[in-house]
Amino acid sequence: MPDLSINFAGIKSPNPFWLASAPPTNSGYQVMKAFDAGWGGAVWKTLGVPVVNVSSRYGGVNYRDKRLVGFNNIELISDRPLSHNLREIEEVKKRFPNHAVIASLMVQSRQEWHDIVRASEDAGADGLELNFGCPHGMCERGMGSAVGQEPKVLQMIVEWVMEVARKPVIVKLTPNISDITEPALAARRGGADAISLINTIQSIVGVDLDRFAPYPIVDGKGTNGGYCGPAVKPIALNMVKNCAQHPDVRLPISGIGGIENWRDAVEHILLGASSVQVCTAVMHFGFGIIREMTSGLEQYMVEKGFNTINDMVGKALPNVLHWEDLNMKYKVTANINEDKCIGCQLCYTACEDGAHQAIKLNAGTRVPEIIEENCVGCNLCSLVCPVEQCITMEQTDSGTQHLTWKERTEAGDIPTKFEDEQAGGRHHWVPEPSAALGKERYKTLPGKARIISGETVAPAEA
Amino acid sequence: MAEFSTPTTEQQFAENFAQLKPVMNRTEALYESSRCLFCFDAPCIKACPSGIDIPQFIRQINSGNDTGAARTIYEANYFGNACGKVCPTEVLCEGACVYNLQEVKPIEIGRLQSFATTKVIKSGEKLFGPGADNGKKVAVIGAGPAGISAACELRSLGYGVDVFEAKAQPSGLTVYGVAPYKITNEETLAEMTYLQAQFGYNVHFNSAISSREELEKLEDKYDAIFLGIGLGKTNELGLPGEDKINCTGAVEFIAELRQHHHEVAVGRKVIVLGGGNTAMDAASESSRLGAENVILAYRRAKVEMGAYEFEYDLAKGVGVKGLFNVAPVEITGNGYVSGVKFIRTETKDGRVQEIAGSEFIEPCDMVIKATGQAKQTEFLSLIPGLKLDGKGRIMADAHTGQTSNPKYFASGDAWNGGAEVVNAAAEAKLTARGIHAYLSK
Ligand SMILES: Cc1cc2nc3c(=O)[nH]c(=O)nc-3n(C[C@H](O)[C@H](O)[C@H](O)COP(=O)(O)OP(=O)(O)OC[C@H]3O[C@@H](n4cnc5c(N)ncnc54)[C@H](O)[C@@H]3O)c2cc1C
Ligand SMILES: Cc1cc2nc3c(=O)[nH]c(=O)nc-3n(C[C@H](O)[C@H](O)[C@H](O)COP(=O)(O)O)c2cc1C
Ligand code: SF4
Ligand code: SF4
Ligand code: SF4
Repeated sequence: MPDLSINFAGIKSPNPFWLASAPPTNSGYQVMKAFDAGWGGAVWKTLGVPVVNVSSRYGGVNYRDKRLVGFNNIELISDRPLSHNLREIEEVKKRFPNHAVIASLMVQSRQEWHDIVRASEDAGADGLELNFGCPHGMCERGMGSAVGQEPKVLQMIVEWVMEVARKPVIVKLTPNISDITEPALAARRGGADAISLINTIQSIVGVDLDRFAPYPIVDGKGTNGGYCGPAVKPIALNMVKNCAQHPDVRLPISGIGGIENWRDAVEHILLGASSVQVCTAVMHFGFGIIREMTSGLEQYMVEKGFNTINDMVGKALPNVLHWEDLNMKYKVTANINEDKCIGCQLCYTACEDGAHQAIKLNAGTRVPEIIEENCVGCNLCSLVCPVEQCITMEQTDSGTQHLTWKERTEAGDIPTKFEDEQAGGRHHWVPEPSAALGKERYKTLPGKARIISGETVAPAEA
Repeated sequence: MAEFSTPTTEQQFAENFAQLKPVMNRTEALYESSRCLFCFDAPCIKACPSGIDIPQFIRQINSGNDTGAARTIYEANYFGNACGKVCPTEVLCEGACVYNLQEVKPIEIGRLQSFATTKVIKSGEKLFGPGADNGKKVAVIGAGPAGISAACELRSLGYGVDVFEAKAQPSGLTVYGVAPYKITNEETLAEMTYLQAQFGYNVHFNSAISSREELEKLEDKYDAIFLGIGLGKTNELGLPGEDKINCTGAVEFIAELRQHHHEVAVGRKVIVLGGGNTAMDAASESSRLGAENVILAYRRAKVEMGAYEFEYDLAKGVGVKGLFNVAPVEITGNGYVSGVKFIRTETKDGRVQEIAGSEFIEPCDMVIKATGQAKQTEFLSLIPGLKLDGKGRIMADAHTGQTSNPKYFASGDAWNGGAEVVNAAAEAKLTARGIHAYLSK
């Protein structure tokens, strides 16, 4: 059996799954219930000067029949008294000495930071996470993402914390910034032991069409909130990768953002995270999802022959290159498996209207045909095809040639003028614009039926 | 043994005849509409005789535009709600859905269709209205799917429309024929009320047109006459004993059932003669009315039955038993039906032959003849120059519906010989435009 336990910057945990600092870690009751269910660690709901919250505070993005593919909130940090939280941390640590309890913190002055760091450590926290991420409410008060967006201020606060901290210090970064490595580097300069990312992304998840107000609505009004959930995973993965690949950041990363199952977690790990944190998925489905996550991760490790989490960390990083280093000689072409095709012709419309007009229809069959010489291998058809493995992208180059943009640049072999003969698009077949007219099907006009097909209406002898 | 106890109250009747395609709630509609792929040149549209833009209305439901969905449906088919519930979707739209090829349940198009239309019917929201009055008038004979659809379309084209209906209610066999577990009377009539409120045609009930004089009056007063008279009574079999009490025609039995529900009595042991969809309905309905034994007797083999497979499955599912390769030769009994004398048959070179000496009597206390509906040839012979084909169907142009008497147009069962509601609705719409083209000349 693989070993799921981790040692993250000195914080030990029986598995890499932590609850992110958020409503699921608001109380000792919840954290104990979560540990009991199988979670390895918890970052306590951010402690600071207690705040007052509004109602309502959450907004959701539903996609077709799926609820909460995206989620946002305008909540602030913990609104419970600090003494209650500290007492409960102490109690949790007594019962679960081998689980990770990390105190998330957010205060303003140097003195406040010193006090709260000491208090948290005294309560038994295994580590500290500095919340420089909240993109709403707290930033207007000069905290949260206001700090996360100012590397100098961030570094200074980390330095204040490091003056007194004895336990590992994690800096939680905000994604509301153009280059995530800047605050990551600032955290490192300040002496932090690790980073965690991402916090929520500034967002408006939707607008009420009847009340003309953004969600969530507070007495007819709203404000921008922080976005998270499955929809933010792609952004989180890219930022984790950027920090993991940067030669000077060199800090353990706790990956956060859109993790809902073991696959999402493994993706974060393969791109450089060595622990992961989950919020929205738990708010949606409860602590019980941990069973699926640990069992999936374990099974994956067995299949791939990984013995420890560390064996997997960053495994995908060598394959994440800059665009200019990709092989331009590599070519794939779409291939339709006629036996699997159900004839929906989504690939046809996608390629016809959304790509390169490289698929055609033939009379007598609903199975479309790839026009190989027009196919640029963009992948679109295979992405829209609703049947598993029906459209596959097959390699059609010789496999022997290799040429990158960088190499071409170095050889002076790139288009440089507006009308350059070397431009890639010059060699694609494109139909004449006028050929587009009259292609759309006859559409029903108000009050008019379509022409009905002959077979169903003509009586035998008429 | 039948599985249903005899219903004695309206509630028990409703339980025994529970809807096969109950109206969806919003969550169901959201989930089901989410699955539609929005196929290009969708095969489901092509399989619908009325050519509803199915992916369009499903997408409208999915984005919360239920009213727009209803508009899309009614634009193509005025019996939108009825069709969603009574169409044989298994062989029409849903049978063509691409999901079948993946062995995944096809989209429940019929139920989605009814979801959207029921909603606007309930709200009474106006989606259509009559066109500007063009000063011309059309008489419609028959308020069935064909007649009402023609009336709607003609009104939208600006014609004055008077509908003459022999019975007391509109919608023809939709309220007097279709099985009650497919659609309720309330639902059918609500759609009729909705359509009439939108288009404002007049319906004269209990007004059978039956004489030459009446036809002449119509010919004088109206610019064109639409024949949507459907078919006639159940065919006579010409067997001895056919006049016995409790020997009835399926169409008549079902009409009674649709109107009087649990007050209709059924025998303990019922024999249904026939192998078409109406036979399946009559058998299934007898069983749901509490008959202890229901036998479906057909003169050919099971595989040769004209009924859709799913209709036979439905009947079997409620305990109906099949008796194949038998032909009735006499209805026995003394005043009342006591049984059917059959002779065994075999099919040789496609023809049914009786096996000499194989007669036997199957006892029963009720016989339902589901052996086809007669054509209204006597009435049609009152129309000068109107040609019928060898099977008694009105001959008319497939695209305009115009008959050999240029003033008369026809659609629906009277023209196609008996099909489905959706065919009558679609044909009548085309024919209304045929009338418009003729009168605009
Ligand atoms: C038992 C049974 C079950 C069926 N089940 C289904 C089903 O599940 N699904 C489906 O899609 N289809 C079903 N059908 C078929 C469907 O009902 C018909 O195809 C459809 O109703 C035909 O419409 P229509 O307007 O042509 O005729 P009809 O519905 O028959 O309407 C004709 C109307 O004209 C009136 N009329 C006739 N003569 C005159 C006259 N001289 N003067 C005035 N009024 C007159 C009649 O009273 C009637 O109201 C079923 C049919 C039967 C018999
Ligand atoms: C309602 C809510 C409250 C949150 N509160 C905090 C907080 O107090 N401190 C903090 O560092 N992050 C907070 N977060 C951010 C989460 O810890 C996490 O970074 C983010 O939700 C992304 O993870 P996810 O996609 O798994 O939800 C909060 C998130 C939500 C949804
Ligand atoms: S998208 Fe896939 S299933 Fe649909 S027509 Fe194209 S190849 Fe066939
Ligand atoms: S065939 Fe099925 S999936 Fe395709 S558009 Fe029609 S209902 Fe939707
Ligand atoms: S009218 Fe009938 S066949 Fe046409 S789409 Fe609706 S349910 Fe299907």
